Amino acid sequence: MKAFTQHKGLAAPMDRANVDTDLIIPKQFLKSIKRTGFGPNLFDELRYLDEGQPGQDCSNRPLNPEFALNYPRYQGASVLLARENFGCGSSREHAPWALDDFGFRAVIAPSFADIFFNNCFKNGLLPIVLDEAVVNQLFDEMYAQEGYALTIDLEKQQIVKPGGESIDFEVDAFRKHCLLNGLDDIGLTLEDADDIRAYEAQRREQAPWLFDAVK
Amino acid sequence: MAGQTLYDKLWQDHLVKSREDGTALIYIDRHLIHEVTSPQAFEGLRLAGRKLWRGDSLVATPDHNVPSEAAERAAGVAGIRDEIARIQVQTLDENCRDFDVVQFGINEPGQGIVHVIGPETGATLPGMTVVCGDSHTSTHGALGALAHGIGTSEVEHVMATQCLIQKKMKNMLVRVDGELGAGVTAKDVVLAIIGKIGTAGGTGYAIEFGGEVMRKLSMEGRMTVCNMAIEAGARAGMVAVDQITLDYVKNKPYAPKGAQWEAAVENWSRLHSDDDAVFDAVVELRGEEIEPQVSWGTSPEMVAPVSALVPNPADESDATRRAGIERALEYMGLKADQKITDIKLDRVFIGSCTNSRIEDLRAAAAVARGRSKADSVKQVLVVPGSQSVKAQAEKEGLHEIFIEAGFEWREPSCSMCLAMNADKLGAGEHCASTSNRNFEGRQGYGGRTHLVSPSMAAAAAIAGTFVDVREFDSQRETA
Ligand code: SF4
Repeated sequence: MKAFTQHKGLAAPMDRANVDTDLIIPKQFLKSIKRTGFGPNLFDELRYLDEGQPGQDCSNRPLNPEFALNYPRYQGASVLLARENFGCGSSREHAPWALDDFGFRAVIAPSFADIFFNNCFKNGLLPIVLDEAVVNQLFDEMYAQEGYALTIDLEKQQIVKPGGESIDFEVDAFRKHCLLNGLDDIGLTLEDADDIRAYEAQRREQAPWLFDAVK
Repeated sequence: MAGQTLYDKLWQDHLVKSREDGTALIYIDRHLIHEVTSPQAFEGLRLAGRKLWRGDSLVATPDHNVPSEAAERAAGVAGIRDEIARIQVQTLDENCRDFDVVQFGINEPGQGIVHVIGPETGATLPGMTVVCGDSHTSTHGALGALAHGIGTSEVEHVMATQCLIQKKMKNMLVRVDGELGAGVTAKDVVLAIIGKIGTAGGTGYAIEFGGEVMRKLSMEGRMTVCNMAIEAGARAGMVAVDQITLDYVKNKPYAPKGAQWEAAVENWSRLHSDDDAVFDAVVELRGEEIEPQVSWGTSPEMVAPVSALVPNPADESDATRRAGIERALEYMGLKADQKITDIKLDRVFIGSCTNSRIEDLRAAAAVARGRSKADSVKQVLVVPGSQSVKAQAEKEGLHEIFIEAGFEWREPSCSMCLAMNADKLGAGEHCASTSNRNFEGRQGYGGRTHLVSPSMAAAAAIAGTFVDVREFDSQRETA
């Protein structure tokens, strides 16, 4: 997995609550059997004026001029500012894959849906929860100032604003460790293989029907 | 010490190891897979040269992408017209072959929507931990199991280690006491719950659904409620094991038999929250107060009783919420304060892992019997959740009732729930749907979804607008 240590990047808005994973990456793109290539279809229904098809070249599609990520001032953005309950809905990991493929490295919101939040960490994408009032202020400042860039330091758990002022954020210790070092958590879990085998043996004794094969 | 909740017990039973950083390794008993969220996980295993930890814990079936139309379906995988979809289903076939995973293939008797076939075959059982790369895995919690959706990286993790890395969730109890009125179903109960607590109300919680109403619901009704726990933000929903659970599970093809059954029943008898268990949050509803529900917006919390009016954003004081309502009304093509019963339908969808089981089809057929769909409704799809539901419905003659009413009887698949196959809404079309998500574009680009129960959907198909199924059916009785 890609590591995340420190990142400085332009902030861009996704200014609505309850952004669901269908909106982040519509279902027709889930037919892919790959993990990459979803970036051009991130927020497809909002970003373009036509209906997107998998495998299509998106460079000639009509862009929705009213969608913020299409504004010239947000080109090259890599930090997404979002509202409450971001990433609700389906478990599709295609949502963080699409954000990552587009170029986002972090998403900041007052709250996230559980499965999406978890999926982000598996892909080197950092979701940051901040108080609603703080997020509101970031939105206001970003709207007021073109080129508004944030520096995110995972080690220090700090976001530094363009003016130098900093905001602390919380992150789970295990996830932080994995992200900082780009660790593959399957490898880590397999270090506990003996514990898993011991559990399995005892469980097989207690509840043997759980180990019966189907079909 | 305070007693344990059902979730506490299921967690404890599956705890392999607590780690110093506050996370835990939780053992997974059953891993369901389908074609959409598994290919990248198998690819990951191959790249890392890893094997399945316990291959017999996996059960696969294709559901999201398979055609529902009988003619296209008849030719099996090779007959899927959409090439990218076909490759995905073929990839599942290949992966199951290469990794020796049991699969209920496209036209085999056990095939169906993954959350329908788990309980109906006994592949998912009380007391299990169940995962699937699909957020509606919470459905299986109705059996008294700890079941939830996971992302593809976690699918790979479970394949390779049989474990999930988790932090324990908080406990929420949603109690529905009293009694449901006639014509009010499990779907209305869960929509009312989501309307009350909101789509993020259960975030971070495992929800146990309890109270007199839940105790009286059938297993299939409980599955409908648990299915939509995720629409309230909770990864897992569950219901305590009782006699209704045991009667349902007994004699399922893969349920334990003989002495094993006796031992299992003994083991399962503790799968309920202790009387003195403490929940972090408790939400209470009264059954009598729940009316048939209809969603009017683009989030499942945007729901109202059928007798109500579409809300007016001017009544909302919070700016983000007000903007959300305005945007939803615009997308849905609705006016503030218009009657829900004035909404005209273009299509109707009866199906999905929420409402495609035999009781759902019986409820829809009871309303459709001897009636015809409104001319203004272009299409009514009835998509059974599994091959076995389909066979049972045909045995009971339900398919004939639907066909006579002008409905289309289809093959088991997710179909218009997420419109990955050919079944979809056109832009601007309104659909009465028994599925679980009314997000923008969910059922087709620009499509407008209204979530309802199977009987409400059938009544809407016949009337052409939403009607209160309670009055609709009493009309027939007096006629
Ligand atoms: S029926 Fe719908 S919600 Fe259920 S598994 Fe299929 S696509 Fe997902």
